Amino acid sequence: MSGVRVLVGTRKGAFILTADGKRSRWTVSGPHFAGWEIYHIKGSPADPNRLYASQSSGWFGQVIQRSDDGGATWKTPGGGVTKEPGEMPQGESNKFVYDVTPGSGKPLTTHQWYDGTQHPWEFKRVWHLEPSLTDPETVYAGVEDAGLFRSRDGGTTWQELAGLRGHGSGPRWQPGAGGMCLHTILLDPKNPKRIYTAISAAGAFRSDDGGDTWRPINRGLHSQYIPEPNAEVGHCVHRLALHPSRPGVLFMQKHWDVMRSDDGGDSWREVSGNLPTDFGFVIDVHAHEPETIYVIPIKSDSEHFPPEGKLRVYRSKSGGNEWEPLTKGLPQRDCYVNVLRDAMSVDSLQPCGLYFGTTGGQVYGSADGGDSWTPIVRDLPAVLSVEAQTLP
Amino acid sequence: MIRVVLPPHLQSLAQVGSEVSLDVSRHPLTRAAVLDALEARYPMLRGTIRDHVTAQRRPFLRFFACARDLTHDPPDAPLPEQVATGAEPLLVVGAIVGG
Repeated sequence: MSGVRVLVGTRKGAFILTADGKRSRWTVSGPHFAGWEIYHIKGSPADPNRLYASQSSGWFGQVIQRSDDGGATWKTPGGGVTKEPGEMPQGESNKFVYDVTPGSGKPLTTHQWYDGTQHPWEFKRVWHLEPSLTDPETVYAGVEDAGLFRSRDGGTTWQELAGLRGHGSGPRWQPGAGGMCLHTILLDPKNPKRIYTAISAAGAFRSDDGGDTWRPINRGLHSQYIPEPNAEVGHCVHRLALHPSRPGVLFMQKHWDVMRSDDGGDSWREVSGNLPTDFGFVIDVHAHEPETIYVIPIKSDSEHFPPEGKLRVYRSKSGGNEWEPLTKGLPQRDCYVNVLRDAMSVDSLQPCGLYFGTTGGQVYGSADGGDSWTPIVRDLPAVLSVEAQTLP
Repeated sequence: MIRVVLPPHLQSLAQVGSEVSLDVSRHPLTRAAVLDALEARYPMLRGTIRDHVTAQRRPFLRFFACARDLTHDPPDAPLPEQVATGAEPLLVVGAIVGG
């Protein structure tokens, strides 16, 4: 019987939740990397036992971890102990250096700071890891300050795809409250040259040549909190999602507004419809129904907890506009947690399973497309990310 | 042999005990030479104590030895003789900050 592995990154370590295809009984392993912030863990679609993890700390900086056995053991790629005195160390898996060579995408050295002045790019951490759809050795990393890196040797070394930072709008990007992070990377399963990214607070971007050149794709976004609400960049995009069967259709949870594009991001229209609030962080698509999408509305601008203390997932079966609350099994009083942008995922079993994690340390799962929910674990550290792997 | 005491998270990362021994032949012995040898022996520690490119100390780490705070000494300043002889370790300490 096939099964599911749910990879959970938290403020104080990583946890791996596993179950068979019924998804009723779960095994929890962890904490892995106890005490470290695990912003994201994700498995390779081409080899489910190959996992990549972003491990970071305010004391010790960024570390990349890799597992080749589904999370049972981990190593820093190329970071083994050297045996001979003269042996050259291999460990550059945590070395993320912005490309400042003149020939690679006109790289920039500054972006807009909170006070409107220009500020140098400074690497802080990896927010998101996106393994290649076809090659377990290739993985992309979205980092703060916003940039896109790629490794083609299993995470041992990293090179920036500097054309994103350098395409021209970079001096107008500015950090959101959580920092200026590149948090979303979507690889088009039908067009290997097409990559989507999203940055807070800059917007969404697309490459059609494998990451060499980029352009903003924010037409139709309207953000009243910026001086020019329809500007080319400056929008606080929280998350993008697509269905693999229809990668030209994108869904977006923005800092207010749920949006949809039917042309690969060339234009967007709002589909917030009857949501109780159109603010939130996560958005995801049903594994088998490309028009069924999920969000978790969050009260804002500063509260960042569910409206009325009720934790509700909202589902639209019409690709937006018409939404229904899903509440069975979720707390409907006194709930004041948040669900962060990388903390929702779906599996591809029948029926589709959904998972999300909260800042209160709960990971909820649904084995029936969201109709009902149960807590898989209740008392983890604050959850930063959730990724579901469907196992053969 | 030079002795270096690492904070617990770096012990886990390098898969070592609290203290490691390094063969460093440089005279006079400096903090930069010790960290060069440490990172060569344990490549997974590169970037965790000092920046990959600038070699600047990470802000929340400090260096102690012989009951002295050496954090703000230049990296090429000589370390105490007791560290050079191995009688005392160089301590890499995570500052008590944050959650």
